[in-house]
Amino acid sequence: MKYLDEYRDPELAARLFDEIRRITTRPWAIMEVCGGQTHSIIRNGIDQLLPAEIELIHGPGCPVCVTPLEVIDKALAIAARPEVTFCSFGDMLRVPGSSQDLFRVKSLGGDVRVVYSPLDAVKLAQQRPDREVVFFGIGFETTAPANAMAIVQAERLGLTNFSMLVSHVLVPPAISAIMEAPRNRVQAFLAAGHVCSVMGTWQYGPLVERYQVPIVVTGFEPLDVLEGIRRAVTQLEAGRAELENAYARAVRPAGNQPAQAVLDQVFELTDRGWRGIGSIPQSGWRLRERYRRFDAEARFDVGHIHTAESPLCHSGEVLQGLIKPNQCPAFGTQCTPRNPLGATMVSSEGACAAYFQYGRFIPSERVEVAG
Amino acid sequence: MSISLEGWTCPAPLRDYPAIVMGHGGGGKLSADLVRHLFLPAFRNAALEQLGDAAVVEAGGARLALSTDAFVVRPLFFPGGNIGDLAVNGTVNDLAMSGARPLYLTASFIVEEGMPLDQLGAIATTMGAAAQRAGVALVTGDTKVVDRGHGDGVFISTTGVGLVPSGVQIGPERARPGDVVIVSGEIGVHGVAILSVREGLEFGAPIESDTAPLHELVAVLLEHGCAIHALRDPTRGGVASTLNEIAAASQVGIRLDERALPVPALVRAACEILGMDPIYVANEGKLVAIVAREDAERTLELLRAQPLGARAAIIGDITAEHPGVVVARTGIGGTRVVDMQVGEQLPRIC
Repeated sequence: MKYLDEYRDPELAARLFDEIRRITTRPWAIMEVCGGQTHSIIRNGIDQLLPAEIELIHGPGCPVCVTPLEVIDKALAIAARPEVTFCSFGDMLRVPGSSQDLFRVKSLGGDVRVVYSPLDAVKLAQQRPDREVVFFGIGFETTAPANAMAIVQAERLGLTNFSMLVSHVLVPPAISAIMEAPRNRVQAFLAAGHVCSVMGTWQYGPLVERYQVPIVVTGFEPLDVLEGIRRAVTQLEAGRAELENAYARAVRPAGNQPAQAVLDQVFELTDRGWRGIGSIPQSGWRLRERYRRFDAEARFDVGHIHTAESPLCHSGEVLQGLIKPNQCPAFGTQCTPRNPLGATMVSSEGACAAYFQYGRFIPSERVEVAG
Repeated sequence: MSISLEGWTCPAPLRDYPAIVMGHGGGGKLSADLVRHLFLPAFRNAALEQLGDAAVVEAGGARLALSTDAFVVRPLFFPGGNIGDLAVNGTVNDLAMSGARPLYLTASFIVEEGMPLDQLGAIATTMGAAAQRAGVALVTGDTKVVDRGHGDGVFISTTGVGLVPSGVQIGPERARPGDVVIVSGEIGVHGVAILSVREGLEFGAPIESDTAPLHELVAVLLEHGCAIHALRDPTRGGVASTLNEIAAASQVGIRLDERALPVPALVRAACEILGMDPIYVANEGKLVAIVAREDAERTLELLRAQPLGARAAIIGDITAEHPGVVVARTGIGGTRVVDMQVGEQLPRIC
C-alpha cells in the first residue's frame, strides 16, 4: 500500500536497528508520548529488537487511558437517560467507570452508538430533533479540531438538541508534568506526530530549553518510530538537547493554522484531571463561554458526580513511565482486557492492553515459520 | 520478561456482565465463555464437547455431521450477496469443516412485521440458488413473524446434515507440532464489505463479500488423500480467533508469519483507516487447514488449482512451544502474541 509499505520495509528497518545499535554506548530512557506509537512498537515487536540499553517508556498519550474515571461516570449517567442518544468513538465503550461501562448501559436499553466522526453525531441530531444527541468529545490536539468543527456546525445549523461532553487534554503540559515529577527518569521524548501536524512544533522549543531534554517529533510506522529513536539516541550520546522533526512529511513548524484558529474560537484552557496522574494545571480544553450551551455536563446536571479510582490499579505510574505494565501487581491477574481495572488495559492504544495483547509472551528463540 | 503463562485470562466466568452485551456475539472470548460456562454445563455430552464447527455423531452405521447457525446481518443486502447466501453457505461450510459431504438443510425465518415481500422473495431465491450451487436440498423450514421493531427485517437459522466419509478424522484437537497452517485465500473481505455499507465508507472500488461454499475444496483435498488434521472457516473473529481455538483445543502453539498473510489492498486500506486488524475480520468463503508437513505443498497446489483457492498460502506452522498461544512474526522481524479478542473489534479513536 502506497505511503505505508515504504515505512514498513524490513530491510530498511534492519539497517536502522543496526545504526541504533552502533551509536548506543550507554543506557537511555526514551518516552514515546503517543499511544499510537506504543501500539506500533509492541505490535511490530520493535522493543524486542532494540539494544538492551534503550528503554522505551510508554507515555500518557492515549486519550482513552487518561480520561478520568469521573468523566466516564458522567458519560454513563448521561448515556443512561431515556431522551439521550450517546455517540462515542468505538474504544471508549469498554472503558470502565466505577461500576459499569457503556456496553452495559447499552445492554440495559441506553441508546449508545459508535461514530467515526463528531460530524456524524451532528448529522444525527439534525435528523432526530426528538433526541438529545451527545458526543463524547475526548482526545488530544489531534481529535480536537473535528470536535470544534462539530460545535461550530451545530451552531450554524441552530441545533438545540446537540451537546458535547468535553474532556480534551494537551501534550505540552503533560511533558512538563513528567519532567517535574520527582521520580522522573525520562531523558528524551518522541513527540506525537499527529498532534504536531495540527499544532505544529512551536510549543516544544520552550520545553527543550527549559528542561534540556531532546524532543523528536515522530510518526507511527515502524521506520518512523525507529528514525525517531535513532535521532533521540544521537542527541543523547552527543549531549545535545534539541527539537527535531522526524515526521516532516506530515508536520510543519506552524502546524495546521485553520485548525488552530477554530480550536481557539471554540475552546479555552482549563485545569484537567488525568486518570491515574491527577490534576495538571492548564492541561485541557473546555468550551468557551460563548459555546457553553453545547456543554453536556451543564445540560444534564452531572456536575455533582465525583469518583475515586481503584487502589489496586497502578495505571498512573504506568502512564508516568515509573513502572512497566507487567510490573503492576494486578497486571494479568486481577486486571485483564476482559476485566480491566484501569483504562490503560482497555484501549487498544493503552500500554497495559498492548503488553497483554502483544508483548506478554516472548518466545525463547526467534520465530521461524515454514513457507 | 519472566512471566508464567498460567492465569493470564481471568478465570471467573461471565463475571463482568450480568446481562448479555454485544460482545457475547463477537466470536471472541466473551462468546467462548458463554458456550463454555453457560451452554456446555446445561447440555453436556460427548459430541458437543468436540466443539467443532459441526458435531459428528454415529447413527445407523453412518457418521453424520450436524451443524446449525443463526444469521443476523445488517444490512440484509450487501455487495457480493445477501443474508440468504450466508445462511446457506455458512452451514454448508460448517459441515464441510468436519470433512462431511453436505446433504440437506433446514431453514427457519423470524420475520419482522412490515418486511417487504419482494425482499423476502429475493432472499429465498438466493437461498435456492446457493443450495443448488452447494449441491444440498432445503428440505424443511419454519416461519414466525414478530412485531415491528422486534427484529431486523429477517433473522434466518439453518441446520444442516452431511455424511462424513469413512476414515476421515478432522477436528480442532488434532493439530500436531510440525503441521503447517494454510489459508485458502485472501482474508478479511466479508467483514470489510459489510462495514463499508454499514458505515457508508467508500473506497473507490466496491469490495464484495467472499461468501462461497467450501465443501468442494475440502472434497478435493480428501480425494487426494491429503493428511488434513484440522479445518475451520474463520468467520466471526477472523483467522486470529480460529487459530487461537485450534491452539487451545490441540494444546499446541501456532507460529504465524504476518508477511505471508494474503490480505487484499482494499482490506488493508480499510483496516488502516478504521484502526482494525485484518486477522480479526470475518470471512465467509475461506478455510484454514492444519496439514501434515509432508502434505503441505501438495495441499497448497490442489487448493490453488481451484478457483476458490487460487490465492491459498502457507501462513505458519504448529509448534510444541507456547501451547495454547498464537505468536506472529511481524513484518519487520519482531514477534507478537495474537490473542483472541474479548468482544467485538472496536474502531480506535485516532
